[in-house]
Amino acid sequence: MPDELYESQGASIIDGKESVWSSGDLILKVNPPTVEEAMLIKKGACLICFVYPSRNETLLKALAERKITLLAMDCVPRISRAQSMDALSSMANVAGYRAVVEASHEFGRFFTGQITAAGKVPPAKILVIGAGVAGLAAIGAARNMGAIVRAFDTRPVVKDEVKSLGGEFLMLDFEEDGAGSGGYAKTMSKEFIDAEMKLFAEQAEEVDVIITTAMIPGKESPVLITEEMVKSMKQGSVVVDLAAEGGGNCELTEKGKKIVAHGVTILGYTDLPSRLATQSSRLYGNNLAKLVKLLGDAKEITINQEDEIIRGSLVLDEGQLTWPPPKVEVSVQPQKTDTKENSDKQQHVEEKRSIFNPGLMLGLLSLVLLALGWKGENEFLDQLTVFVLSCFVGHMVVWNVTPSLHTPLMSVTNAISGIIVIGGMLFISGSNPWIAGVAIFVATINIAGGFLVTQRMLKMFRKE
Amino acid sequence: MTEGLITMAYLVSGIFFVLSLGGLSKQETARRGNIYGIVGMTIAILATFFSGEIKNFQLLIPLMLGGAVIGAVLARRVEMTSMPELVAILHSFVGLAAVLVGMASFLDPSHDLLEGTNRLIHDIEILLGVFIGGITFTGSVVAFGKLRGSLSGKPLLLPGRHFINLGMVLVSIWLGSEFLIQGKDEAWVTLLIVTGISLILGVHLIVAIGGADMPVVVSMLNSYSGWAAAAAGFMLKNDLLIITGALVGSSGAILSYIMCKAMNRSLANVIFGGFGTDGGNAGGVSEIEGSITEISAEDVASELKEAKEVMIVPGYGMAVAQAQHVVKDITETLRAKDVNVRFAIHPVAGRLPGHMNVLLAEANVPYDIVFEMDEINDDLPNVDVLLVVGANDIVNPSALEDSSSPIAGMPVIEAWNAKSVVALKRSMAAGYSGVENPLYFRDNTNMLFGDAKDTLSSVFQNLS
Repeated sequence: MPDELYESQGASIIDGKESVWSSGDLILKVNPPTVEEAMLIKKGACLICFVYPSRNETLLKALAERKITLLAMDCVPRISRAQSMDALSSMANVAGYRAVVEASHEFGRFFTGQITAAGKVPPAKILVIGAGVAGLAAIGAARNMGAIVRAFDTRPVVKDEVKSLGGEFLMLDFEEDGAGSGGYAKTMSKEFIDAEMKLFAEQAEEVDVIITTAMIPGKESPVLITEEMVKSMKQGSVVVDLAAEGGGNCELTEKGKKIVAHGVTILGYTDLPSRLATQSSRLYGNNLAKLVKLLGDAKEITINQEDEIIRGSLVLDEGQLTWPPPKVEVSVQPQKTDTKENSDKQQHVEEKRSIFNPGLMLGLLSLVLLALGWKGENEFLDQLTVFVLSCFVGHMVVWNVTPSLHTPLMSVTNAISGIIVIGGMLFISGSNPWIAGVAIFVATINIAGGFLVTQRMLKMFRKE
Repeated sequence: MTEGLITMAYLVSGIFFVLSLGGLSKQETARRGNIYGIVGMTIAILATFFSGEIKNFQLLIPLMLGGAVIGAVLARRVEMTSMPELVAILHSFVGLAAVLVGMASFLDPSHDLLEGTNRLIHDIEILLGVFIGGITFTGSVVAFGKLRGSLSGKPLLLPGRHFINLGMVLVSIWLGSEFLIQGKDEAWVTLLIVTGISLILGVHLIVAIGGADMPVVVSMLNSYSGWAAAAAGFMLKNDLLIITGALVGSSGAILSYIMCKAMNRSLANVIFGGFGTDGGNAGGVSEIEGSITEISAEDVASELKEAKEVMIVPGYGMAVAQAQHVVKDITETLRAKDVNVRFAIHPVAGRLPGHMNVLLAEANVPYDIVFEMDEINDDLPNVDVLLVVGANDIVNPSALEDSSSPIAGMPVIEAWNAKSVVALKRSMAAGYSGVENPLYFRDNTNMLFGDAKDTLSSVFQNLS
């Protein structure tokens, strides 16, 4: 982008490092300043850039002395509202794409499979470890180039995301959910890691390219690809380690460098976004602009600590250290725990009900029936037999009724219970015909009304 | 007809009733099920008619014809929205018939001929039949009144009502034991008193149950009407009545159980609970922060037009406003535009089990786009627009999130997971349970106030 473009938008371009640092009230930057640079900043100015506060203590001290207000782009909380300011995501996206481009460059073969007159080209197999933003971007890019993409993540919830990009999600036959807070995965148990390493070892022998993205914020990256695994890979394979900044996921990674070991190229570049500078600048610029807008505007900055986003990314407030912020629960499917609690509760209720377990009830029923058999006379017992059996038949027959038929079922049973009309009929010739007569009358209303209304209802149910 | 022939005719009719209930449990076989019921009933009535025991045809035939005509007219005239009332009042007829048959049986000269154990058993059967019948009769009348709105839906709770109930039952048992040893005239008076008590008990039991629990009450009364018929069968030594009564009784009991489970409450809790008044304070927990957003019918229409997945959650409000037809018109229009419209039905939506299904069927909505809560809940995050039509408690998030809420633990349709929710409501009044609904205050919820039929008609006009 030529200078004129900036000038045409009203920006002035200043020469000389010192004047740049000392003139601004609001400084927007990509990487953290060096300590020397920090000393040049105007007192009380506001600086927004990547900070990595846990790794840059001396810098923080220097800035604190200058009463700087410091907002860290890498500390913007990962909540829905802050997505447009989430530079980590936007940069990870770029890095993921670039990782595939770098890998393809080093790999020296097609990613896609082809059968040509000059022979068959097998498709490249790519393993992506970690399906975060960078991982997903890498999966998408590699798929688009025609490679076979496999992906692994400790959080089973991302399975669908991987699939939606055309990747194959590798599963462990091991149950443990790695979803932690903040959209990051949590640290897993020893058994899980063993199973995971076994899977990687198997895959390493098969695949041509491995892209690792397993970063833990503020901590050293876990080693997932050992030297053994690298040895087992085919000659000419490529490992791209996106976690090189935190030490790397591959044992052999050297930060910022390309090395070749055991015939495998291992890329530890930490500047992948800068290798797509135009794109990254545009995205990062947008992130910055959104954050500045949230602060008010460039002329009048207000630090509203009530705002989760500002509170989260605020590292220094006029020199006061405000980092780390109070923990904010991130909105990754909060309802999940709720329903779980709820189902626990339901289970609890069901357990409580189990006092009435079928065995006990059957036992009681048998006892009552035996007691009746002791005293009762034959005709009554015959009737009782019919009665009890009918209850069970009714239970079996009705138990699986579909909910949509509850009303028709009820009106049919209602009509059927109008069978009591027979009782009335048997007495109509007796001494009190009117009592029986009224019974017959109302029971007939019931029969006719019940059946007809059911018929009417059922006629309305239709299938397409 | 010989006695053997009649017995077999009754057996055949019993089989038809079993088949009828079995058929009613699936959509495909439901209509056949109803036919089976009609056939069974016809066989039973004809067999009794020609049994040779009936001489009083000049009274019987006009009564039955009159009853049938009234029943048919009722069935034809009833609005599908007032189905619950019809079912309730029909139950009361069965109860009344059972009472009258019991009385007729007592007054019949053949009763005087019985002696010893036979007489004892017969007297107990009469008592039971009359007692259950009485409760069913007045209970159903009260339920009818509550469903129609001519009685207040609020539970009426007398102080010490459990003791009143218990007292009435105990007095009845004491009177019953007197009844067994009294002479004919005295016993007749006692029987009338017991009948009176059972009538009062029926009123008192149902008056204490809130309108929202009517689905359970109606199915419970359905069950009672079956038991009353079975008791009549015992006293008449008629196996068909016993079989039918037992079938209806157990089917009603199962339906009540299903309803209770859908509300995550026990049957005892529904019958004795007086929901929303004691245990858990309904008003106090409902302080909800935030504001509601209103939306116009035009905006709803344009939202619907842009959606790919639309879900409609109907509730009692749709029944009250008779809005099912316009809901169907909207559905058709949207489906013609390739929008996937589905319905989510909560098991206790409306005032009768399966109430919503019947209404939608009346409006000609194909039943294969109508889903149960359990089938649909996981799908809700994919829904672009969710319309809540006059439902309240069944979409209340506090059931899952607020353990102090009176409806805590009740399974609900998780409407808030949809991308956008439009709730149609007459006013901001709380639902039947008296619990405030935080759904209306969510960011993704918009409110469309007014009578559901009017507002939806205007949405429909804006759609086409």
